Amino acid sequence: TVPDLPAPRKPLFTKILIANRGEIACRVIRTCRKLGISTVAVYSDVDENALHVQMADEAYCLGPAPSAESYLRIDKIVEVAKRSGAQAIHPGYGFLSENAKFAERLAAEGLVFIGPGVQAMKSMGSKSESKDIMLAAGVPCVPGYHTSEPVPVSELEAQATKLGYPLLIKAVLGGGGKGMRIVRSADEFLPALESAQREALKAFSDERVLIERWIERPRHVEVQVFGDSMGNVVSLWERDCSVQRRHQKIIEEAPAPGLSDEVRKDLSDKAVAAAKAVNYLGAGTVEFILDCDTDEFYFMEMNTRLQVEHPVTEMITGQDLVQWQLEVASGNPLPLRQEEIPRIGHAFEARIYAENPRNDFLPDVGPLLYKSTPQPSESLRLEEGFPQGSNIEVYYDPLISKVVAHGRDRTEALRILKKALEEYHVAGLSTNVEFLKSLAGNEAFIGQELDTGFIAKHRAELFPPISVPPPDVLAQAALFLLLREQPLQLPSLSSPWRSLAFRRFSDIYERHFRFQQDPLLNQENPSAISEVTVVSSKPGLFDIEVKNPNQEPTTFWDVKAQMTSPTTVSSTLVSQKVHTTVVQQSPPPTVLPTATTTDRLHVFHEGHKTTLLIPPPNYLLQIAAEVMSSGVIRAPMPSLVVDVRVRKGDEVKKGQTIVVLESMKTEIVLRAEVDGVVKVVGCKKGDMVEEGKELVSIKDVP
Amino acid sequence: RANAHAFCRSTMRTRSRAYHPSIIPSKVVPSSEDFVTRAAAMNALVGELDALTAHARLGGGKKAMDRMRSKGKMLPRERIAALLDPNTPFIELSALAAHDVYPGESIPGAGVITGIGRISGTECMVICNDATVKGGSYYPMTIKKHLRAQEIARENLLPCVYLVESGGAALPYQAEVFPDVGHFGRGFYNMAQMSALGIPQVSVVHGISVAGGAYTPAMSDYVIIVRNQGHIFLAGPPLVKAATGEVVDEEFLGGGEMHASVSGVVDALARDDEDGIALARTAVGDLGAASGSPAQPDQPPEDPLYPASELHGLVGGDVRQAIDMREVIARIVDGSRFREFKADYGTTLLTASDGFAHIHGYHCGIIANNGVLFSPSALKATHFIQLCSQRKIPLIFLVNVTGYMVGSKAERGGIAKDGAKMVRAVSCADVPKLTMVIGGSFGAGNYGMCGRAYSPRFLWMWPNAKISVMGSGQLSQVMAGISKDPSRHSELQSTIEGQSTALYATARLWDDGIIKPTDSRDVLGLGLSLAKRQSLVAQLSRGSVSRPNWDGHNTGFGVFRM
Repeated sequence: TVPDLPAPRKPLFTKILIANRGEIACRVIRTCRKLGISTVAVYSDVDENALHVQMADEAYCLGPAPSAESYLRIDKIVEVAKRSGAQAIHPGYGFLSENAKFAERLAAEGLVFIGPGVQAMKSMGSKSESKDIMLAAGVPCVPGYHTSEPVPVSELEAQATKLGYPLLIKAVLGGGGKGMRIVRSADEFLPALESAQREALKAFSDERVLIERWIERPRHVEVQVFGDSMGNVVSLWERDCSVQRRHQKIIEEAPAPGLSDEVRKDLSDKAVAAAKAVNYLGAGTVEFILDCDTDEFYFMEMNTRLQVEHPVTEMITGQDLVQWQLEVASGNPLPLRQEEIPRIGHAFEARIYAENPRNDFLPDVGPLLYKSTPQPSESLRLEEGFPQGSNIEVYYDPLISKVVAHGRDRTEALRILKKALEEYHVAGLSTNVEFLKSLAGNEAFIGQELDTGFIAKHRAELFPPISVPPPDVLAQAALFLLLREQPLQLPSLSSPWRSLAFRRFSDIYERHFRFQQDPLLNQENPSAISEVTVVSSKPGLFDIEVKNPNQEPTTFWDVKAQMTSPTTVSSTLVSQKVHTTVVQQSPPPTVLPTATTTDRLHVFHEGHKTTLLIPPPNYLLQIAAEVMSSGVIRAPMPSLVVDVRVRKGDEVKKGQTIVVLESMKTEIVLRAEVDGVVKVVGCKKGDMVEEGKELVSIKDVP
Repeated sequence: RANAHAFCRSTMRTRSRAYHPSIIPSKVVPSSEDFVTRAAAMNALVGELDALTAHARLGGGKKAMDRMRSKGKMLPRERIAALLDPNTPFIELSALAAHDVYPGESIPGAGVITGIGRISGTECMVICNDATVKGGSYYPMTIKKHLRAQEIARENLLPCVYLVESGGAALPYQAEVFPDVGHFGRGFYNMAQMSALGIPQVSVVHGISVAGGAYTPAMSDYVIIVRNQGHIFLAGPPLVKAATGEVVDEEFLGGGEMHASVSGVVDALARDDEDGIALARTAVGDLGAASGSPAQPDQPPEDPLYPASELHGLVGGDVRQAIDMREVIARIVDGSRFREFKADYGTTLLTASDGFAHIHGYHCGIIANNGVLFSPSALKATHFIQLCSQRKIPLIFLVNVTGYMVGSKAERGGIAKDGAKMVRAVSCADVPKLTMVIGGSFGAGNYGMCGRAYSPRFLWMWPNAKISVMGSGQLSQVMAGISKDPSRHSELQSTIEGQSTALYATARLWDDGIIKPTDSRDVLGLGLSLAKRQSLVAQLSRGSVSRPNWDGHNTGFGVFRM
């Protein structure tokens, strides 16, 4: 039953516009649906069929794919809001969510910005201003000595002694670690200062430095706050977002583990104080850096938006924060008082990104060829923005979705998260799902050894070496290739020439399959071939022999197998019923077959994903070689043109480097297959080229 | 009326799982001593069959296989496996042909692998030389097997795919392979006629194809050759040198590149065996209407109610023991339902079970023996054959016959003319016939029960089956009456015994292969499906398909190679 709302209360909006895309747009639309609020979606050309467009009541195109021409076009968004009659705009996160100019423009147009006031946004947008405000409000900031004036060395040394060791010397104009020194004792200070200044001068032509308390083992802890237009501010407890890669969060939890009640209360109080200091309205997050060794914490910055990781807070408080946003934006008071805000159990959020963790977490783009998710439940929430078949575009954030798990305690929540990740299957582009699984199962992570250097510290455990595919995976892959052409259900009038599949009379059914691991993953032994032989000597049963390089063969006898969906092989291996999802990914037919551009099988087996390549038959490789020897050089995969070493009319020799590409952070050198003269150059340095694109054509000189 | 008919059919179908008088009741007791003994005997025979088949599958042996592999070639059976649609059945024919036929020589499978399987969705006859066996050369049994495969293809309208790698006739046997009507030349005659009848002929030349053998590709409608591997010439370099003095290498004389670009003997050039097979699959896919259309069953297929595995214990290994044929039928036909014809006719002499059934959904008439044929049984069978012929229902013969009854009572009752009626009816029935020899096939019973000479579409034997002019016991008694030398009697009996086994028969191509009892239902279903195929040939020959004589079918000449 829905409790009655306390009167008097202002009505919520009847229609709002969501100036965002992906999972957050869908998230906002869901709450609006619940409350009977009409939604207006905006989209760029490439998002025409996106999920948020389908879910919204109305949708308007903003323009071409690049954000600057679509999702960041304030004028167009305002125009759409007016045209559609939306009363308010929810900015989501990213894009225009912390853009004060946008908020100002909306105010001028008589539209409500669902977010904080312009002044609070501006103040919090400035690092130095926000720090001053916080210090004034009694919120601790990282102790240090900051000044914009050049100061004598003696003064710096005195300040250092005052601050205590260890400390950090940082160039004022610093960046990329240049001009940075960690100083652990007083006698190291002067030499470190000298070298830092020298380096700063060289790098930035400016030798000014500042000094700051150095936190050896920092944690990233942030507090969710909410303010209303009556000046009330509450805290909805904190989150821990310490585990980060490339300075971006990857897994978040609430509450932050291992905090004493005093520290937790102190954090909340300070965060509320910070929000009050800027008359904060709506959802915001006050980020702190917490010193693991001392439990002291310092203000870092305030995010004036609803954050990506807000669901973990929703899970432990049982609140709908988007609904809260709509309430306070409509001028209503906060739904709960501080003492009424629950904190139940523990929640985790894992972000599923299109990226390649084994390649320094570099983003990947491409099709969501296959996506299958775990079943949501009371303890498991999925925030999806892109259904199977969508494309993860190069123009936007590579976040595919979020998996949120709630348990009665941290161990339980983590267990639910890990199980859910094992059931989260994505094929078509690289994702961090495998990495998240090893993170969720990592002993140190389970043991709450959290700090922002976690991934670097535990790299070896988080990225175990890739071994040869296990025999059961290879057996299932072979069965998939065998069974996939067999329809799941035969028509009732089927000739025995169809229904008696795999039967041999006076003969034995025998097939051989060859698989290769993804050379991009297994760089130690990229050409190792695994062989699988499937024999059917009895009707309906298969004997499967798996031969991995340098290993004794494994044989599975009398295996029963069938496809239970177009991507599921169900079989009995060693008397165990196993269900394996196999997804085939084929390069476009315009791409010549090579060792790497060939059919791939993504095998999801017992919680692990293995990608196998099917080596093309020799005659196809020969055809590819013949075509290449015709002098046409094509891009073997989507890549960036790093260098074009020839010009039209150049004479080239066989083997000479013609074009250098980069894909997946790997350099690919394309060489001439024939002696000849360059007739066509179809690319230039810096081009993004698709798979199969003709780059250079060389005319054979007989 | 049409609606009422459809209604009846559908109610029949929905009722199909309920008890119905047409369901054969089974009285088998699998724990009985007799059943266990019989099962053990049949298990042993099937085990022996498996062992012999497995040995024949090895062809010329590991050394010969390794030699082929080292040349980058696929093995013959690998070629066939790659040629066939991956998830479809394959009936290999006469896998034990030439077994123990040539003294001192092992010619597994007669050096040629033949069988029926699906290629690109079309059922085809595959004829593949096994070059691991004597270089794929043609022994007399090789020719016989090759010609039999073509005969099956022609009767069942199956496109033929020849995987060629053969040195031609085995010269020491030239007198038995070259000159006669059923010899080498007949294969090319068959190709020409089948082409004219619209039955496509496709070849892939994987290796040498020389002398007479060169005509297999040359007579084909479509030819693929493997580059640097396939060679086609009427005479090889040594013979050329001897004949004309010209010194020439194989590639220049008859290599793939030459034939593809100069002579036009081939139509497509493959890079390797795998490519050649892939091209052949494409070629079959491009046959269009000439590929014929796969035949759908007449009604949804249904499994028998009783397990096929019980056939072993029902039948056993000794054909002198009676077999209850109704129990056998109950394990072969759909839903174990059998609409018996004249079930009560001559009850005291119940020696035959005739009736209608479905196998894998295909309607068929079944004639099965329960012992010696008396006049009433012959008359009943004749009547039934006429019914099936009139209704165009294919006939299945389940054979366990000691012959027609002898003795004065039978002779005076006119058994000779009644038996002849049955033989005449079998000979002239205008429907496809399939024969499965389950026990004995003796004497004139062999004729009446559609023996090899009566051209059934297929003839399969069970491992226990026996075939001879009469039982060996009787025969030696008869011989003893004529001959005075008792020392020769036992020798004669054992000779006849040896010559009457299924293995002896299959080695000499008196059948299309020995089939495991448990596979019977499936091969019969596949055979009925083939028998029901339709193709261009039906239109071309204006319905005279089932009488494939020649002297002009108004179908012209087939495809000339230009």
